[in-house]
Amino acid sequence: MIRFVPRARTPVWLTVAVSVGSGLAALLLTAVPLALSGAPVLAAFVLMAQGAAGDGFALAETLTRATPLIFTGLAAAVAFRAKLWNIGAEGQLYAGALATVALGAGLIEAPAYILVPTVLIGAAAAGAALLLIPVLFKTRFGADEVVVTLLMNFIVLLFVQMMIEGPMKDEMAMGWPQSAPVLDEATLPKLVAGLRLHWGLVIAVVAALALHIFITRTVWGFRIRAVGENARAARYAGLPVGKAMALVGVLSGGLAGLAGASEVAGLKGYLTSDLSPGFGYAGIVVATLANLSPLGVVPAAIFVAGVFVGADSMSRAIGVSNYLADLVVAFALLSVLVGGLLTRFRIVVVRRGTA
Amino acid sequence: MWDAFDILLQANFWAATIRIATPLIFGVLGALLCERAGVLNLGIEGIFVAGAMSGWLAVYLGLPLWGGVLVAAGVGALFGLIHGTLTVPLGLSQHVTGIGVTLLATSVAYFGYRVAFPNVATPPRIEPFAPLDVPVLGELPFIGPILGQQTAFTVLAFACVGILAFVLARTPLGLALRAVGDNPEAVEAQGLSVVGLRMGAVMAGSALMALGGAFLTLSAFNAFYFGMINGRGWVCIALTVFASWRPGKALLGALLFGALDAYQLRLQTITGGAVPSQIFLMLPYLFSIAALVLVARRADYPRALMKPYFKGQR
Amino acid sequence: MHPDPRPLVLSLAGITKRFGPLTANDQIDLDVRAGEIVALLGENGAGKTTLMSILFGHYIADEGTVHIAGADGQLVPLPGGSADAALKAGIGMVHQHFALAENLTGFENIVLGTQPLFSLTLTRRAARAKIERLMAESGLTADLDVPVARLSVGEQQRIEILKALYRDVRVLILDEPTAVLTPQEADGLAATVRALAGRGLAVIFISHKLHEVLALCERVVVLRGGAKVADRPTAGADRAMLAELMVGRAIPPRERPPSTPGAPVLSLKAVSVGSPGQRDRLEQADLDVCAGEIVGIAGVSGNGQGALASLVAGLAAPREGEARIAGARLGRADPSGRIAAGVGRIPEDRHRDGTVGALTVAENYVLESISEPENQSGGFLRRGAIRARAQEAIAAFDVRCPGPDAAIRALSGGNMQKVVLARALAREPRLVLAHQPTRGLDIGATTDVHRRLIAARGRGAAVLLISEDLDELFALCDRIAVVHAGHLSPAMDTQGLDVRTVGLMMAGHGAGEAA
Repeated sequence: MIRFVPRARTPVWLTVAVSVGSGLAALLLTAVPLALSGAPVLAAFVLMAQGAAGDGFALAETLTRATPLIFTGLAAAVAFRAKLWNIGAEGQLYAGALATVALGAGLIEAPAYILVPTVLIGAAAAGAALLLIPVLFKTRFGADEVVVTLLMNFIVLLFVQMMIEGPMKDEMAMGWPQSAPVLDEATLPKLVAGLRLHWGLVIAVVAALALHIFITRTVWGFRIRAVGENARAARYAGLPVGKAMALVGVLSGGLAGLAGASEVAGLKGYLTSDLSPGFGYAGIVVATLANLSPLGVVPAAIFVAGVFVGADSMSRAIGVSNYLADLVVAFALLSVLVGGLLTRFRIVVVRRGTA
Repeated sequence: MWDAFDILLQANFWAATIRIATPLIFGVLGALLCERAGVLNLGIEGIFVAGAMSGWLAVYLGLPLWGGVLVAAGVGALFGLIHGTLTVPLGLSQHVTGIGVTLLATSVAYFGYRVAFPNVATPPRIEPFAPLDVPVLGELPFIGPILGQQTAFTVLAFACVGILAFVLARTPLGLALRAVGDNPEAVEAQGLSVVGLRMGAVMAGSALMALGGAFLTLSAFNAFYFGMINGRGWVCIALTVFASWRPGKALLGALLFGALDAYQLRLQTITGGAVPSQIFLMLPYLFSIAALVLVARRADYPRALMKPYFKGQR
Repeated sequence: MHPDPRPLVLSLAGITKRFGPLTANDQIDLDVRAGEIVALLGENGAGKTTLMSILFGHYIADEGTVHIAGADGQLVPLPGGSADAALKAGIGMVHQHFALAENLTGFENIVLGTQPLFSLTLTRRAARAKIERLMAESGLTADLDVPVARLSVGEQQRIEILKALYRDVRVLILDEPTAVLTPQEADGLAATVRALAGRGLAVIFISHKLHEVLALCERVVVLRGGAKVADRPTAGADRAMLAELMVGRAIPPRERPPSTPGAPVLSLKAVSVGSPGQRDRLEQADLDVCAGEIVGIAGVSGNGQGALASLVAGLAAPREGEARIAGARLGRADPSGRIAAGVGRIPEDRHRDGTVGALTVAENYVLESISEPENQSGGFLRRGAIRARAQEAIAAFDVRCPGPDAAIRALSGGNMQKVVLARALAREPRLVLAHQPTRGLDIGATTDVHRRLIAARGRGAAVLLISEDLDELFALCDRIAVVHAGHLSPAMDTQGLDVRTVGLMMAGHGAGEAA
């Protein structure tokens, strides 16, 4: 018989080991369908690794892809810590992107040092406002936020399509449904000339640090942790439960909104309805891999981004579908969940006695 | 204005309502079976995809249509086994595990499809379920054309409503399932296996979800497309709350949703582009959210829903 | 002594169970005969629960055997690790926390699991006839056709016992069955148990209420620290002796120095709390709790003490009437306002309301005071100061834990309660709300809680003690009020008050009637 004994404290090395182990387990598990598809397994993984980090260019591409994932990963981490199941980062990302275009594509003309912050704040506000709706439904009506945030993803995407086919349509795009481009003054500069890597990465890493300090060192971070772990006890102790939840909603939605701003203002320059290949959902995987730690989100996002970039490159080389990346990511999520048992419990094997 | 009302008088509209509702009937039944036993199954969206793809592929590879239905159910049960193992004996977060199962099932289906058909421009097709030839009733005006467009797969969905309602209300198994979603200790104390009951419910529920997906590729359409599920699974989770976990109300909720969806499609054509089509496409999702919010306050959630149970811990 | 002629139905021999370094059961032997009522006595942690869990297959013993009489009366070994096997062998248990599915009816709960799972129909008529026969024989009555959620606690317990009888048990284990009953209901239960034993049922009666054990049982088995320390007839035993056996030392009588009450600190005038449809509500209650006195609230759980506790704790607002703490009128539900007004609160359920399990001991200690300048500056936590203060509290309240940074969920119930107590009492509150403060604690921890409450009274605090344990109320309180169906009686001086009177009032008879 196996018993789970709760741990009083979890050593940091164990948390890290579980995350890394889960990443490796996911690759191993993916080898099964890969082999079944008849592809050369080892070669495929080598190509993936090279594609993700084989040279400076590949690495830059991985970091570029990691940027929105850090934002959505942080969005999921802060929400899940407070047991606010925000599965709507995808929609909030688009809301942020929409705000970026609305503010940055000519509505306001200002120098970069004004326009860039304006665009970022606007995007964060849009994402936050979007998440406040389900938070309100949850606290006022007891409506499960999972379903509401999930369904809102579809609504927002339809809304985006409507806007870029209608009022926000770029007339110069020869009929393609895409928004007008953002002004140069609203664009996040590139980090290195000639690469796609942009300042969004720096903002994302700073956000991770700030969130870490906020959660562990501040009164409001403390309140969020208490409310997330036991809302009843928090309420009994006089903590402002409703405000803490709203704050979580603002933070989570705001971070997801920044992902949209970063993609539009840092990378694409305009908005299309395929801006995000599921960054919102992948953020959940990133956050879980990071054990909901903001600092852990950065390496976890780089890992997941590496899988996607590597799989794309591998796919181009030997023709194995790049849906392989989604497989790795899904397996990684499930592995880290199982591995998480090790961090929360000591697994004790109890000898079956003679009874 | 009259046109908008006229839609309701078309047999075509009602036939479409039933067609749109059928996969949701399967989905809501599956979700409510899992939740009645105490397990939220957010794997539903991915299980829909996997069911749609596997059922269709089986038929494409030569199995009879009902063989495809069975394959889909089996694949659904398999993902149910994964979700159940992680959430029931291991007691992991049902939210995150469910999202994981959705990601896994979706990517397995997409990857499998791409392995089978690396470079196809148009999706390959199969010969789907043929409309039923209903004697007597099929001759009736109005009713006849509605029934005449339905397939045996739809009949299966309606039968499942009755079967599940009967099992839950009338049989010892149903009693045990309802009990395990309310107080697993009561079940354990009576010598029944909490893990066994919950695993069984999640696997059977997931099989039903997969049938919902298979209906789309084997009856409603004749091919598998990427993105064809498009949130139908999530809608089912909302409708389950709306149905207050009762099969009869689940049928009602699914039909209501189907009617709304069929109505907005027809409304789009009569407004002739004056209103952006996306507005109409949003309606079903908005309806689902509204339904959820309206009933949430007095929703009678199964008491043990999402609460893991470990033997011997009181 | 002549041998007992009645046949053995259950025999446990040499049962040993270890959890890591802890030996929960150490070589325990226990024989039970048909028609016998045996008390199993022991503190929390003495090993009663573990022993019963082994019998019921939740745990598997490391050593030892369990034998149970088969249909022919021959003792056969009971396979371990299976609740189903225990049930089939004729062992039934009524848990302290009922194992009932509240969405099912009483009838459905009783037949749950008794019929083949995959049969197409539920056999109702025969089952119904059998239950009605059992109800007639035992005198246990309850409505079988409404969801259990709508039944009273007493009725739910009767359904639980019927559940066991329906399975033709030969051994019935009752785990703290009177904890939730009024003294009168408890008497009724005792009569039923005697009648059942008279028909040949063996009963194991788990309790810590010594007078009940002495009145009902013919033999008493005492466990202490996992081992059996006594197994003797109740004839010739008395309470002091059993208590000493349980604890292993003589229990010093509780000291309660005299105290002169001052001005009212908590004052309720015609206060109603909760909507009229609610079960746990308060209607037109009047109550004064003065500085330097302990006022107890007796009553069966769910009769309004929850509403009273919520009001004082700040989770609820008065619907009507006037409630004041130290003269200031209570308005909206506002837990932090109550804390600021000087209320120290000990919640009923320390796991659910009292602590945040995943946070550390230190963080739980400052949960209520996190925004005070002593714990934060400029919105940032003063982590060093918080740790130091928690360290002091750990020392002052003798909390056994690895340190202030340990997650509180890893602590034992008694130590967890000490943290809750430390938090509630640290800032010398003028009013202390203690809601079931000793539930689930062993005698040592209980004594500690009592000592702290008396000390609070000694320094002039008003103490409101809500408890279901009449012994506790009579030992600690200066005055006692009884709550029944939302109505609160006047507080009566404990001196000269009779337990039977309080019992009758708990069952809804007025003080006048009772006297």
